[in-house]
Amino acid sequence: MKKRKDVVYGIYNDEHDLLNAVRSAKDKGMEIMDVYSPFPVHGLDPILGLKESRLHIAGFFYGLVGTLTAFLGMTWIFTKDWPIIFGGKPYWAVPSFIPITFELTVLFAAIGMTISFYVVSGMGFGVDNFILDDRISDDKFCLAFDKDEVDASAAKDFLESTNVEEIHEKVVKA
Amino acid sequence: MSAPVSSIREPLVLGHKTYHDITENLVAPTEKAPPLSWIAIFIPAVALLGLGTFAAVWTIYGGIGTWNLNRTINWGWDITNFVWWIGIGHAGTLISAILLLFRQKWRTGVNRAAEAMTIFAVMCAGFFPIIHMGRVWNAMFIFPYPNTRGSLWVNFNSALLWDVFAISTYFTVSLLFWYTGLVPDLATIRDRAKGLRKKLYSFFALGWTGAAKHWQRWEYLSLVLAGLATPLVLSVHTIVSFDFATSMIPGWHTTIFPPYFVAGAVFSGFAMVLTLMLIARKVLHLEQYITIAHIESMNKVILTTGSIVGVAYITELFISWYSGYIYEQWAFFNRAFGVYWWSYFGMMTANVISPQFFWSKKLRRNVTFTFFLSIFINVGMWFERFVIIATTLARDFLPSSWSYYSPSWVEISLYLGTFGLFFTLFLIFVRVAPVVAIAEVKHILKSAGDQYVGENATKNH
Repeated sequence: MKKRKDVVYGIYNDEHDLLNAVRSAKDKGMEIMDVYSPFPVHGLDPILGLKESRLHIAGFFYGLVGTLTAFLGMTWIFTKDWPIIFGGKPYWAVPSFIPITFELTVLFAAIGMTISFYVVSGMGFGVDNFILDDRISDDKFCLAFDKDEVDASAAKDFLESTNVEEIHEKVVKA
Repeated sequence: MSAPVSSIREPLVLGHKTYHDITENLVAPTEKAPPLSWIAIFIPAVALLGLGTFAAVWTIYGGIGTWNLNRTINWGWDITNFVWWIGIGHAGTLISAILLLFRQKWRTGVNRAAEAMTIFAVMCAGFFPIIHMGRVWNAMFIFPYPNTRGSLWVNFNSALLWDVFAISTYFTVSLLFWYTGLVPDLATIRDRAKGLRKKLYSFFALGWTGAAKHWQRWEYLSLVLAGLATPLVLSVHTIVSFDFATSMIPGWHTTIFPPYFVAGAVFSGFAMVLTLMLIARKVLHLEQYITIAHIESMNKVILTTGSIVGVAYITELFISWYSGYIYEQWAFFNRAFGVYWWSYFGMMTANVISPQFFWSKKLRRNVTFTFFLSIFINVGMWFERFVIIATTLARDFLPSSWSYYSPSWVEISLYLGTFGLFFTLFLIFVRVAPVVAIAEVKHILKSAGDQYVGENATKNH
């Protein structure tokens, strides 16, 4: 795997300029490395061609694991491992298992999804991902091309043709 | 991206802010030395925390006998405080989860602080049942894990155990929700910082870059966590009410408890959010982000939930009469006119009458009035839990064991101590992280900023 990325990127002041630039880059068939913004820009995903996230599907299965863990666990404990009669209820007192089953469903789904989010996004405590520009988390919007995928001068010419604020080149650790 | 915006909607971000202004304003409190007003609140908070710690050590050393609980009244201030703090914790999740699902834009001004408040309030709440166990060093016995005592398991049929699961799940999910929302804003601080500060914030910002795919997943995660947290928040106080409703004590054994407790929780939680935010907006100069429109919206929630609570009280009285069951009837007569009559009337005044003032738009938008009323409501909701717990237990089935209860200095100190814990944590939080969600305010700027919407709009988008 390559350890470095040679990036050329444009900085925009406004999300509308960014959206227009991304749209025309896509029309020209240019390979976009990534787009960075200080907040989620709505309408960007379909233009970029990002597929819908599958986090919620994973969440469903994590939740299912929680449901089964709680319900089957309590069933095993109270019917097989150590049956005790509480208040004249049957050993397998399904209605009173419902609250804990529900809570563990939510707990497993939430923890599982959150961990999945950070793992698939390559994030975690102490992770040091490259930041193209410190102002991206403030008020600037960034459209980046990888020089391996796009001809550098063509990318620069393209960025010039949009309502761009600044154009930079940078080599970053991938 | 010009979402249709009604021209009659009030702007939620004032002062013609740019994206950069938002960053500057909201990160500022974490970068400057603390103002005197902050120090003036922090010192008493830490002092109270110290007092609470002393009382906790005293309790653990001397046992629960240092409290004034007795054979008849075996739940007193401890469980009252527990239910009260849990209730306060409900507003955070309500604001961040339910209002997110309803796409209420005004949540962005207050959600971060409300979520933090939830987490700190749940910590204060959890403290009480744990210390009430007496032998706190055995507290882990409440979790079902294979052990050398059998394995001897916990009782999954008990409402008290459901509580353990409900509250630990609630705490964990709230924490994940809050921290995930915080990550992009920590990245904002990181990118402005230098030296050691940059290293620290880099560690906690988890390597956030702001890439399009990350934002997409982040929004998905927030939405699904909100979807999960919404039934969760309703379940938590429902289960807390089961602690009482599944017992056989007249006055506790009522089916109205779950909805009544949930409404009461949201009611007191919003009151506490208002108390805190009205102080925070003043001390941290956030008047342009937490506007009068935000305060009015919260006051409307208080009016709604307060009225639900009022209807619940009256329904309870009606049903006890209508049931024809003399013990139930007497239990409610005793609540209003028995030895603890003062707490019942405190509760009725503060919870039923006081929120009705908010029918007036003028009062809903009056900051000083709102501040005092929010404190009044918090007191009233504390009385409610005290009425339910102590009044009911003081007059049980056997007149020979009827008793009266007032707290010892240890119990009072423990309660004050949780205030110390709550405010200490909250004050530290406002110094290390942005108290208003930066990315989310930027996101709504073009549909809620005063240069785009409202009477004084100068720009179209």
